[in-house]
Amino acid sequence: MNKTFNQKAWYFVIPVFVLVAFNAAVPLMTVVNYSFQETFGSNVFAWEGTRWFKEILHSERFHASLGRQAIFTFIILLIQLPLGIFIALTMPKKGWGVPVCLILMSMPLLIPWNVVGAMWNIFALPDIGFLGNSLNSIGFDYNFTQQSGDAWFTTILMDVWHWTSLVVLLSYAGLNSIQPAYYQAAEIDGASRWDIFRYIELPKMKKVLTLAILLRFMDSFMIYTEPFVLTGGGPGNATNFLSLDLVKMALGQFDLGPAAAMSLIYFLIVLLICWIFYSLMMKNEART
Amino acid sequence: MNFYILIKTTDWLIMAKITLKKLSHSYLANQNNDADWALRGVDIDWKDGGAYALLGPSGCGKTTLLNIISGLLKPTEGEILFDDKDVTTLNPVERDIAQIFQFPVIYDTMTVYDNLAFPLKNRGLSDIEIDSKVKEIAEMLELSSTLNNRASGLTADGKQKISLGRGLVRSDVNVIMFDEPLTVIDPHLKWVLRSKLKELHQKINRTMIYVTHDQIEALTFADQVVVMHEGQIVQTGTPVELFEKPKHTFVGHFIGSPGMNILPCEIKNGQINFEGKVLPTNTSIKKTNFSKVQVGIRPEFINFSNDGIQVKIKRVSDTGRHKVIDTECKSGNIKILASSSTEIPTGSAHISFDQKYTYAYGDNWIIE
Repeated sequence: MNKTFNQKAWYFVIPVFVLVAFNAAVPLMTVVNYSFQETFGSNVFAWEGTRWFKEILHSERFHASLGRQAIFTFIILLIQLPLGIFIALTMPKKGWGVPVCLILMSMPLLIPWNVVGAMWNIFALPDIGFLGNSLNSIGFDYNFTQQSGDAWFTTILMDVWHWTSLVVLLSYAGLNSIQPAYYQAAEIDGASRWDIFRYIELPKMKKVLTLAILLRFMDSFMIYTEPFVLTGGGPGNATNFLSLDLVKMALGQFDLGPAAAMSLIYFLIVLLICWIFYSLMMKNEART
Repeated sequence: MNFYILIKTTDWLIMAKITLKKLSHSYLANQNNDADWALRGVDIDWKDGGAYALLGPSGCGKTTLLNIISGLLKPTEGEILFDDKDVTTLNPVERDIAQIFQFPVIYDTMTVYDNLAFPLKNRGLSDIEIDSKVKEIAEMLELSSTLNNRASGLTADGKQKISLGRGLVRSDVNVIMFDEPLTVIDPHLKWVLRSKLKELHQKINRTMIYVTHDQIEALTFADQVVVMHEGQIVQTGTPVELFEKPKHTFVGHFIGSPGMNILPCEIKNGQINFEGKVLPTNTSIKKTNFSKVQVGIRPEFINFSNDGIQVKIKRVSDTGRHKVIDTECKSGNIKILASSSTEIPTGSAHISFDQKYTYAYGDNWIIE
């Protein structure tokens, strides 16, 4: 066999190595480095072992923001998934309504996140914002900057407005891939509208919904920009979600060690939940 | 035991005669010419318990017709009668029909058992009734061993059996319709499933309508084949009738392999004049005012002779069982089918047409 041995092709891989190293591996290793050490700036480090991890895991502040984060993610998933599926089911399947609906649905997704936060901030201001002013004028005592319930309400409403479209678009794609014969067969079998949803549409949407849940879980669990602009975590700590708290600890207090430990724990929680969820959803696929 | 069988047999006897009257359908809101119609003036009378096939190429309107009979589509014009009762405005459930689609339609998340039981549950049958029906049908379709498996795990032909079973499980079905049900099935299983269908038809004796573009499937399954072309029924008949006496040039082309030879000719004094010779036929032709007149003869019914029409032999292909001879005359190409042992002349030859199977066609329809 006359095969020319030439290893020069490896040079092509180098740019990828460099890129991945600089945008993922090196920063992550820096964080890992920080999480085991104490620093007072000027590049002076002292070894602390697992102290920061233990501290974070026992810290009430961490428990509180993790709890807020979990409740927030849970609520928005609970609203956005059924709402998204429902909107997708009611969207037209043909005609001029299709592009109109698709464009309207994509609009919130195209707006930069900090703009969404700023928009909702102004929109919800109790004195001059349309939403805040209207709510107050019809008799609700609404002020998202001072009352924590109102702050939660506004944050959730903003996230629902911003991200339900994603679930809608994914569900709509899933629904459109169902062959008409399934509906015809169901009609002949005498299935009710609920049966059609339960036994045809939902199973056929399973894959896109798995994707939607994963994306919405990750994005909402790591939400930062919008609440940062809207409430800044307030009033008090009411909407101080995990990533807001993390940034406060790292950049506000400059507690680099504990913040690094917290980000690693944060990262592992997201990874773990995604993995468990994905394996559960795909368990049946593998069997068949 | 006998009593049990008696009940079971009477169960199957609820059937219907199907009549279609002047049925036309268009998918467009306004129709300007014939091409805008998917179906044009379809009239059909189908008896109880027959096996019928709708045969035609893609786009000829056969699936449209099927969906109109099942009630999934409302016809633009005309009416549908089941046992002389007008069902034109009724939905599929009210019509009590079953339909099996091109690819298997199953409920993925249900077991095979639940799939088969689903149409019965929706009709409010008791659990005991459902159980006995489902088991009976599963036995018939050889699905008994997989009843508790998830339906999504089955092979394509297993899934298609479930689709079939969901239609058969209901005893109140007026008609069972098949829309090219073997398209996704492996060739070696096609034969098995097709014989199964035929066997089921004989066993349960219910009206079955089978849509296909495959002439072999249609001819082996059905007692009566309806050939469709551009939204119209061009001929209804037994496989033998379709072969021996095509009423339309399309039937001549479409059925048979190779199809009928159709060549331009003239009509003089009630007789066919072809290539300067008079072709004898069994009928005398009276009407002559056609814009196009053709003569049709199947390749099977042409023989070599000492005199007759002169042709040039172009090519001979031997398939083993018979020889297909491509010849050329002034009016066009003529295909001849001869047995493998036939001596084929080379160069030029004379051929004669069998009088019994020579037909004249005016504007594509047979002249009688």
